[in-house]
Amino acid sequence: MTLPIVESISPPPSALRGWAFWSAMTMLALLGAAIVFLIVAFLLGEALPLISKGGFTRFFTDEGWWPRDASFNMTPMVVASLYLTVGALLVATPLSLAISLVTTFKAPTGLARLMRNLVELSAAVPTVVYGLWGVSAIVPIINLWSPPGASLLAGVLVVALMIIPTITVLTQSALQTVPVAYVQGAAALGVSENQTLLRIVVPAAKQGIFSAMVLGAARAIGETMVVLMVCGNIVQVPTSLFEPVRALTANIALEMPYAMGDHRASLFVAGLLMLLLVSVLVAAGEWVGRRQREMGV
Amino acid sequence: MRSISLARLKELAWTALLYGLALGAIAMLLWPLLTVFGNGLQVLSWEFLSSSPVDAGRGGGIAPILVSTLGIVLISLAAALPLSFGVAVMLTEGFKPGGWPATVVRCSLDILAGVPSVVFGLFGLSLFCRQLGLGYSILAGGLTLACMILPTLARSLAFSLEAAATAHRAGGAALGLSRQAVLLRVMVPVALPGICAGIVLALTRALAETAVLLFTSGYSDRMPESLLDSGRSVSVHIYDLATNVPGGTPNAYGSALALLLLLALLSFAVHALTRWMQRRMTGTTTGSY
Repeated sequence: MTLPIVESISPPPSALRGWAFWSAMTMLALLGAAIVFLIVAFLLGEALPLISKGGFTRFFTDEGWWPRDASFNMTPMVVASLYLTVGALLVATPLSLAISLVTTFKAPTGLARLMRNLVELSAAVPTVVYGLWGVSAIVPIINLWSPPGASLLAGVLVVALMIIPTITVLTQSALQTVPVAYVQGAAALGVSENQTLLRIVVPAAKQGIFSAMVLGAARAIGETMVVLMVCGNIVQVPTSLFEPVRALTANIALEMPYAMGDHRASLFVAGLLMLLLVSVLVAAGEWVGRRQREMGV
Repeated sequence: MRSISLARLKELAWTALLYGLALGAIAMLLWPLLTVFGNGLQVLSWEFLSSSPVDAGRGGGIAPILVSTLGIVLISLAAALPLSFGVAVMLTEGFKPGGWPATVVRCSLDILAGVPSVVFGLFGLSLFCRQLGLGYSILAGGLTLACMILPTLARSLAFSLEAAATAHRAGGAALGLSRQAVLLRVMVPVALPGICAGIVLALTRALAETAVLLFTSGYSDRMPESLLDSGRSVSVHIYDLATNVPGGTPNAYGSALALLLLLALLSFAVHALTRWMQRRMTGTTTGSY
């Protein structure tokens, strides 16, 4: 009596349907996986004509960024992007570490939960909103201090604020992997709470914290809207924090709408460069993070 | 006696420093939000949401921009959801775990997740706007955005299907159900809250994105008539008002507040929907799996 029931659940046509279903799923999955290759292929396709006309080094040795006169030196913009990223990281890391230590070890449960929720809430704020706030709140304040206001400093501060949620969330999970025995052992030896945190817990979680910083840096360097809105967009290697700069990403967003010919191709080269920088950062962050997890510390 | 009090003083100073930095940072994080609420509430009204922009956006409202945004986001979701579902299904049930197809798919998604948004913009401009001849349009912007949200969506779908699979794979097989039936009739309903949460996350990212749309979906602030029309998303509108339109800041704040409220509303609505659907499909009342 059981056989007909089994047959009614999976009659022969369903084998065909199953085959169709799994092939469709395979196609979709492969298409999804192909997008990243398509991106590289299209960027290369647009950039290669220009790269073949003078090698890759020309983008660092040409006389300046005068795209209409076929002079494509991106050094000032690469330097600006790196300054912005390093600056934002220097500001954001100590603050994120402080938030993480307080929420994980020091604050009472209610306060810790409130702080965590606020951090997660700000992680969902669109970057263009940070940019709007930067333009209308931070830039005028810096302008009072040292005109014009739209500057490397404004970019560093707003980007730092934008990456604090990212770094904090990752740092919190790194701190949670530190074995409780370390903290208990330190307490048994009479080590004070803050000494335990700073000398034992933070060093034990340092790989996870480093990985959080690297992923924060990847977000900062790829960020477009904030740096486009608050940095002043002048192509130059800055000599002080108060000078306006133009980041590589901002340059793409600014010039793409009207770029033609070689100029357009040079922006795709900039895109490739961004892709390369970010991939290296993400790979490094993942690698360090994985080592931390494998060590179980 | 003196050394003890010094140690205690040092301890107190460290605690004060940590709390000071942490609470200071949280206050900084709240500053942009409070500014948006403070300035946005003065502008935001039903009229603002339902009228067209006047004088490059200095006056009037954002109705056509909301429609364009909705179009762009829905297209991106419609394009990314089947792809992500395919990826998630193949990663949990299709490919052999640890085999090379699984590794290739996983790695390519990891890389895609790290690609800066402006690079997606370049790609979309090159493929959808030029090669496929869609021009600056809502369709081109939506499709480009779909590529950007794909890794987020695929990861969360795979994660929730994986959890459901571990619990129900063997049970389904024991009942003599085909793998496809177990997947579609058991795992997907069980994983539904996770799937919906993933969709909300992807929607949030799509709504928040600006750089991708700057040169794929266009700048027009008129009411779009078809998907091939150029349309401006709310985020692009905020950018434009804040930087290119002198005197556009008040309406930029109004649009920013509308965007934040839209994000909040979305996650609330989908959570409620998820509860209801899960009750219907599995007969249980648990809020989350």
